[in-house]
Amino acid sequence: MTIVYLIVFGFAATAILGLITSWIDRKVTARVQYRVGPPFLQPVYDLVKLLGKETVIPAGASKVTFLIAPVIGISGVIAVATLFWVNQFFSEGFMGDWIVAIYLLAIPSLSIILGGFASRNPLASLGAAREMKLVIAYELPFILAALVPVINSHSIRLSVIIDSQAGGVFAGNISGILALIVAILCVQAKLALVPFDIPEAETEIVEGPIVEYSGPGLAIFKLMKNMLFFTLPFFLIILFFGGLRLNGINILWTILEYVGIVAIITVIRNTNPRVRIDQAVRFFWGPMTLIAIVAVILALKGL
Amino acid sequence: MSLKLKALLKSPWVFHLSTGSCNNCDIETLDCLTPRFDIERFGMLLVGSIKHADVLLVSGSCNRMSVERMKELFEQVPKPCLVVAIGTCAGSRGIFKDSYNCPVPLDKIIPVDVYIPGCPPKPEAIIAGAVKLIEKIGGTL
Repeated sequence: MTIVYLIVFGFAATAILGLITSWIDRKVTARVQYRVGPPFLQPVYDLVKLLGKETVIPAGASKVTFLIAPVIGISGVIAVATLFWVNQFFSEGFMGDWIVAIYLLAIPSLSIILGGFASRNPLASLGAAREMKLVIAYELPFILAALVPVINSHSIRLSVIIDSQAGGVFAGNISGILALIVAILCVQAKLALVPFDIPEAETEIVEGPIVEYSGPGLAIFKLMKNMLFFTLPFFLIILFFGGLRLNGINILWTILEYVGIVAIITVIRNTNPRVRIDQAVRFFWGPMTLIAIVAVILALKGL
Repeated sequence: MSLKLKALLKSPWVFHLSTGSCNNCDIETLDCLTPRFDIERFGMLLVGSIKHADVLLVSGSCNRMSVERMKELFEQVPKPCLVVAIGTCAGSRGIFKDSYNCPVPLDKIIPVDVYIPGCPPKPEAIIAGAVKLIEKIGGTL
């Protein structure tokens, strides 16, 4: 049964929804810039094309690490997406799966760092070093923000967090709103989108850690990014909006919440310039951590 | 036509290489990305890394210094890949035909799939060239 969950929900459903999300992202970006934008199947074309291309391994690169890094990343995303789907629809989960989810969500960043350092390219090493600093910067406020629903529901089980929002979602409280704002900005950094696309600044260090990847390796990294683009908003919906509710009129609400979070991320991405790495670290360790701590204190007070 | 090639024609990612052009062709190429022309409609993207590219867009007259770099880059493109020569200089060396610095035209160095003439070619001409490229391989838009 676990295999079915992993393949059908963890991989297939997440990948399809992730590709749709990346199309929404590109289309909204195009519309913001008064362009027409790519057709609906564009992410699929990109993926199939990349899978058919040649893999170039740079001379002197660590071959095994270079090739295995994308696989590590995508398996992390598949595992965490399966955890969310199963908690959402099928079972009670297990004690402490919130902690497992937080750990697994860090694996894609680690795989990018691994691939960047393995590819023996100065730009890739630079990008990987920046990614590492960015991970250190955003993990603290992200965990603090994700702690608020745990305090509100008195449980570190995702299914209990979902169930305890049946009466009213956590995004309705003051603490929930503050934590949601922090979490959305951290998701922005986790997805490495502008203004926090410092690791893979395309115009500066040409895609950073994935500069040397071509063919299937690049395809897996792109798919991993797209799946993460679905999984992270899904995590926020579980934490702050009571999960995906598919009964009656709630379907509309769920779609609205999901598309709304994606649209906010896309609009932030399109209206901001890239910051430097020191500015990003200061931003996450300063105001963001403070807001997250205030949210945690308010949640402890029961607000 | 194989699935590989079909998908490639649906999302050709372009790497833009100037081999000593006067910058006019480069400016006109970048114009294709602007809202008026928007080649992302056809799935085309400008990529920064040669390892991600499917189409090598060459402008300029291939002078002695840049030919070595161009050969190196052509070897690094993951195959299958296509080459487009933008502008008169890349197509036939133009006014630099008798120059000491441009001994060989581009198509004597690497295989070129499509020539887009003009000094510089208009963005419409570049898009028409892209359509010709796709039709030559056998696809439709």
